[in-house]
Amino acid sequence: MDTKRFEMTRRAALMTSAAIAANVINPMRAFAQETPRRGGVFFVHYGAEQRQLNPSLQASTGVYIIGGKIQENLVDLDANGQPVGVLAESWEASPDGKTITFKLRKGVTWHDGKPFTSADVQFTAMNMWKKILNYGTTLQLFLTAVDTPDPLTAVFRYERPMPLNLLLRALPDLGYVSAKHLYENGDIRQNPHNLAPVGTGPFKFVQYERGQYIIAERNPNYWRPNAPYLDRIVWRVITDRSAAAAQMEAGQLHYSPFSGLTISDMARLAKDKRFIVSTKGNEGNARTNTIEFNFRRKELADIRVRRAIAHAINVPFFIENFLGDFAKLGTGPIPSTSTDFYPGPDTPQYPYDKALATKLLDEAGFKKGADGTRFSLRLLPAPWGEDISLWATFVQQALGEVGIKVEIVRNDGGGFLRQVYNDWNFDLATGWHQYRSDPAVSTTVWYRSGQPKGAPWTNQWGWQDAAVDKVIDDAATELDPVKRKALYAEFVKRVNTELPIWMPIEQIFVTVISAKARNHSNTPRWGSSSWHDLWLAE
Amino acid sequence: MRILSLAGRRLAASIPTLILILIGVFLLLQFAPGDTVDAMMAQMGGGDAATARQLRQFYGLDLSVPAQLGNYLWRLVRFDLGFSSIYGKPVATVIAERLPPTILLMTASLSFAFFFGLVFGVIAARGVNKWPDTIISTLGLVFYATPSFWFGLMAIVVFSVYLQWLPPGGFEDIGLAHTGIWRTLDIARHLILPTLTLGLIFLAIYLRIMRASMLEVLNLDFVRTARAKGLDETRVIVRHVLRNALLPMVTLIGLQAGTMLGGSVVVESVFSLPGLGRLAYESVVQRDLNTLLGIIFVSALVVIAVNFVVDILYARLDPRISAEV
Repeated sequence: MDTKRFEMTRRAALMTSAAIAANVINPMRAFAQETPRRGGVFFVHYGAEQRQLNPSLQASTGVYIIGGKIQENLVDLDANGQPVGVLAESWEASPDGKTITFKLRKGVTWHDGKPFTSADVQFTAMNMWKKILNYGTTLQLFLTAVDTPDPLTAVFRYERPMPLNLLLRALPDLGYVSAKHLYENGDIRQNPHNLAPVGTGPFKFVQYERGQYIIAERNPNYWRPNAPYLDRIVWRVITDRSAAAAQMEAGQLHYSPFSGLTISDMARLAKDKRFIVSTKGNEGNARTNTIEFNFRRKELADIRVRRAIAHAINVPFFIENFLGDFAKLGTGPIPSTSTDFYPGPDTPQYPYDKALATKLLDEAGFKKGADGTRFSLRLLPAPWGEDISLWATFVQQALGEVGIKVEIVRNDGGGFLRQVYNDWNFDLATGWHQYRSDPAVSTTVWYRSGQPKGAPWTNQWGWQDAAVDKVIDDAATELDPVKRKALYAEFVKRVNTELPIWMPIEQIFVTVISAKARNHSNTPRWGSSSWHDLWLAE
Repeated sequence: MRILSLAGRRLAASIPTLILILIGVFLLLQFAPGDTVDAMMAQMGGGDAATARQLRQFYGLDLSVPAQLGNYLWRLVRFDLGFSSIYGKPVATVIAERLPPTILLMTASLSFAFFFGLVFGVIAARGVNKWPDTIISTLGLVFYATPSFWFGLMAIVVFSVYLQWLPPGGFEDIGLAHTGIWRTLDIARHLILPTLTLGLIFLAIYLRIMRASMLEVLNLDFVRTARAKGLDETRVIVRHVLRNALLPMVTLIGLQAGTMLGGSVVVESVFSLPGLGRLAYESVVQRDLNTLLGIIFVSALVVIAVNFVVDILYARLDPRISAEV
């Protein structure tokens, strides 16, 4: 049964490789000479409804894909991945790194007509980013106050030095501003505007029919001149991936973001001239596939066993045959797309070497029993994607060959998080580590000791390393960008040596978009960005 | 009066069942690893432990299981279905929004399946073992054996992608705001493919039951008497055989009303319909206990109501049944 599914996907993926390769080389044709057309409705595939749409309160692609067009952030990333001001025009840090001053944009109004001021930034930072926003609470842990000397100046005061670079790389995701006058009274979590957002962005919220669609329309008073081009954006809620692909083909959808279709459908549409299938525009949403080890198992606490497991798995073969051009070989927790921090591939790596794996396991004293088995492990795959499921089966077979019997235990999302990060009821777990522009945002928590029990995607392995902890802490408050990069290179070297988690595959989300769309995929987090310059050709 | 007492007894008998079901589901969900906050974390892509603690308090999950169950039942007694954690609205509102598409889809496909099952069943029984019977029975078997998601996807590929006759999904057109009769027609257009997909599987069952039941009744003594009286074949079939052969079909409707409420998850997902089945599925994945229990409660009410109607229909079709009541 499993073998059969394997082969089918494998064939599909092979076809994909060829098709995508053609597209990746030239993902966007030259449209420079075209004059943007005003008008049109852009239909977007929305796969999983969230409990809210306000990006100041929830940091996830499922929120940005909608809320990111309605509300705006202080800073976003430009085409080269560098911070560019949106609601902030400029910024400056004090030499001690404890004060960061933002000059805000003049003449910006909320959709209800009230002016946008530094009081909104102060309110959002202190009450939302610092208290509620996931990852924001960690980022802003040492934020003590936001001063507002005048309506267009916001001064962030920190207890400990905050590297300006870290803040600027985190703010595109964790820096969306909400209107103080709509949120200052009552419980923020239960505010009705969480599902009917009011922002400063190019599109105004119109309607949300749960389970069906969300509509936003052009904001006529948008601060960027002549923007936006589109009349409306409609998000269609389609939970079934195959049905979404059919709707793309039937012309009911223009865009399916963040690998929203099945691998085989993406491969099929890549060959269709009406669509562009590419990873471009998603570089800011890189992720790595993981193998997480539970050190409470004595076998896995032995570094020889962890290394043997890594050596036993033929990662290039898996990527080539199952993921195609959607993925590449990973070299550690900082992916190669992170130009500012990627330390290069010259850190300890674990290439496929079955003989070495067998030797390491023998050395560790786990000899094969009469039935050819050394020991058994329970592997919990996360339910987020097809690739994780395939990877889990691949790992099971590869480890079977060196005498480690693997039992795969499947859960849904809530069940997986509870079992792995709260109950520690696993031997091996596999899922995605999401890299968010700077290692301090959501990467180092996978390794820093002292994480509270139950916090998902953090170090719950029962592993602790004082040297690694120190590097992480030093890097988080290091103000010199060059020194910071060196500290993170040191960090990768150390964790790749100790291998508490193995991150052997690097992936970027895949975009499927209509060939009629223009000015798309032009920034590293385009799916989440405001789409003020997006337009549709006839 | 007789009907009222029948209704009263039925209702009294179903209340303990309902409570047992609700308690059972509540406890069952406690065994599933993870709660609604874990599910929310999974959706958000992370969050710290303090946030999780705050959220658990917010959703009332910091109480013990018996206390939560007690609270729930106490609210239920006051006809309060509670608050949905994924929708941030009262459960009753959420269900009321989702009920119309489901009821529409269910009624349409049941009627479709019942009507064509009846017609084809009669045709097959009339020409038993001849070519119409063979064709109908084979097709019935094919429909029954095909998974509904495949049916649905193929229907979309053929009728929406290639022929472009019908919309590939959704409940109504979003781009154009229709009103009155145009809106009704628009919704009907959107429901054709889902109805066929859901109906075809049930059609196969009805068809087979109808065929078997017809064949059985055709061999009974009173049919021979009717024929001996000199009645023509159509009259014999319509007045004498059909009425008696319908009883098992009516039973089946009562049974399947329940299945259809829950069983339309796949069809609703494939056609992106905002129905109850999808809501139930989502509530399980999101561990939204209140919503799930609310759906079960409402579904149980619908099933009880349908079965009550079926009982009355029985009495109408076969007077002997009401005499025994």
